[in-house]
Amino acid sequence: MPALLEAVDLEAQYGWTKVLHGLSFAVETGGITAILGANGAGKTTTLRAVCRMVKTSGQVRFDGRRIDGKATEDIVRLGIAHTPEGRGTFVDLTVEENLRLGAYARREKSSVAQDYDKVYEFFPVLAQRRRQQAGTLSGGEQQMLAVARALMSHPRLLLLDEPSLGLAPLVVREIFRIVRTINRQEGVSVLLVEQNAAMALDLADHAYLLETGRVVMSGPAAELKKNDAIRRSYLGY
Amino acid sequence: MDIFIQQVVSGLATGGIYASLALALVMIYQATDVVNFAQGNMAMFSTYLAWSLLEAGLPYWVAFAITVVVAFVGGLMIERVVIRPVEGAPILTIVIVTLGLLVILTSVAGWIYSYIQKPFPSPFPEKPIRVGQIVFGAHDLGAIGVTLVMLILLFLFFRYTTLGLAMRAAAQNPVSSRLCGIRVSWMLGLGWGLAAAFGAVAGMMVAPVVFLDPNMMGGVQLYAFAAATVGGFTSPLGAVVGGFLVGVTENLVGTYVSFIGTELKLTVALAMIIVVLLVRPAGLFGRTIIRRV
Repeated sequence: MPALLEAVDLEAQYGWTKVLHGLSFAVETGGITAILGANGAGKTTTLRAVCRMVKTSGQVRFDGRRIDGKATEDIVRLGIAHTPEGRGTFVDLTVEENLRLGAYARREKSSVAQDYDKVYEFFPVLAQRRRQQAGTLSGGEQQMLAVARALMSHPRLLLLDEPSLGLAPLVVREIFRIVRTINRQEGVSVLLVEQNAAMALDLADHAYLLETGRVVMSGPAAELKKNDAIRRSYLGY
Repeated sequence: MDIFIQQVVSGLATGGIYASLALALVMIYQATDVVNFAQGNMAMFSTYLAWSLLEAGLPYWVAFAITVVVAFVGGLMIERVVIRPVEGAPILTIVIVTLGLLVILTSVAGWIYSYIQKPFPSPFPEKPIRVGQIVFGAHDLGAIGVTLVMLILLFLFFRYTTLGLAMRAAAQNPVSSRLCGIRVSWMLGLGWGLAAAFGAVAGMMVAPVVFLDPNMMGGVQLYAFAAATVGGFTSPLGAVVGGFLVGVTENLVGTYVSFIGTELKLTVALAMIIVVLLVRPAGLFGRTIIRRV
């Protein structure tokens, strides 16, 4: 099956500092790909580079078409939803307004109402808080809101930036469970960036290991999990 | 007591005009962090346009509607052409650009229409309205009504339409907005357009009172600054309340404090700015923004 997202020789820089040094990776259609790595390895930058939120060079193809060089707004409109680092909550708006914004750019509007129901079913707590200001939600709830907002855009590819960051293990497990459901039921492909390698490898079918802006290892998640070096450095046993 | 009520009502009328212009200032400030010093003069220019349309024989409300639309487009174009290139520039650069705009608009208006004052008609009857012993100017009441209608329309737009929601989002969190597919820079342009349209209404409401000339908005803009400062530059509601507050205060102080009269009225606005900045810099409704450095 052809890759839904494919990056070749992706480079990115902040000012004069180059952060990604020629990264190549792919996300299969319907698959979950994880990018692992320590702090500062360039995981977040990789996602930002896909959406052109940083200065990049190299090729990115989505569904066979080149998307590098397009503006962030246009890339998003092609069906790539990005839940950014820090969750990107619109803190002064209500939960419902946040979700409405998620659906802002989608072409096909007829099923929006249906998607509200679906999203509230995935995250019942958001339904309870729909009229509440999003800034008053807890960290876990805001992460759920970020995923929910991304789903409202009816994406084909979901970019998830460290959904586990700063959350209680129970909440993290819940979010991962929902991501898997979304992937299976809705056929949304996922590119996941995570520091929590154990959970990410359980979820993903394919993974890349990043070190200072380079891919140092890649392969099926099940194989990486058995790899001694990964086990020692990232899984901790 | 009658005089008091009359003064309050006429204060509310001018206050509504300050509120409109203050709201225009706040809208642009919230979206772009820029205080637009040319806001008043954009309004003045729009008012001249309305005058030209009226001279050409159009009925008042037709001219009014055309002016609002043209002002909207003009504001949008100014953002695209003049402000856009300096979008990421230091705040001082943008302030200077808006000051430049102010000077250019004044001069061009003077060049086209001359600096001689022109009377500008009010759409409301000249006959004062009498309620019991108290006499109200019809224009005052009309201006209050127009302001309130505009405010309600704006509120409904921002509260209930998707475009309004997108504009609020873009002002609040541009990065996330982009990730939702919102074209943020166009939202800023729309903000300028709306602000200009609002200013145009303020201009047309104040022109019958102060007469039309290229510098007519100078004082009004100062009051609008006072209104925005009193209410808080970060709060649209604050700008509106601040506008009415400044209008009424200015009138009452002018009436009851004998040494101030009409000559020193403008000082009241400046005094209010200073007091608010000293006592509560964020304004009545504004939020203190803490920035980490």
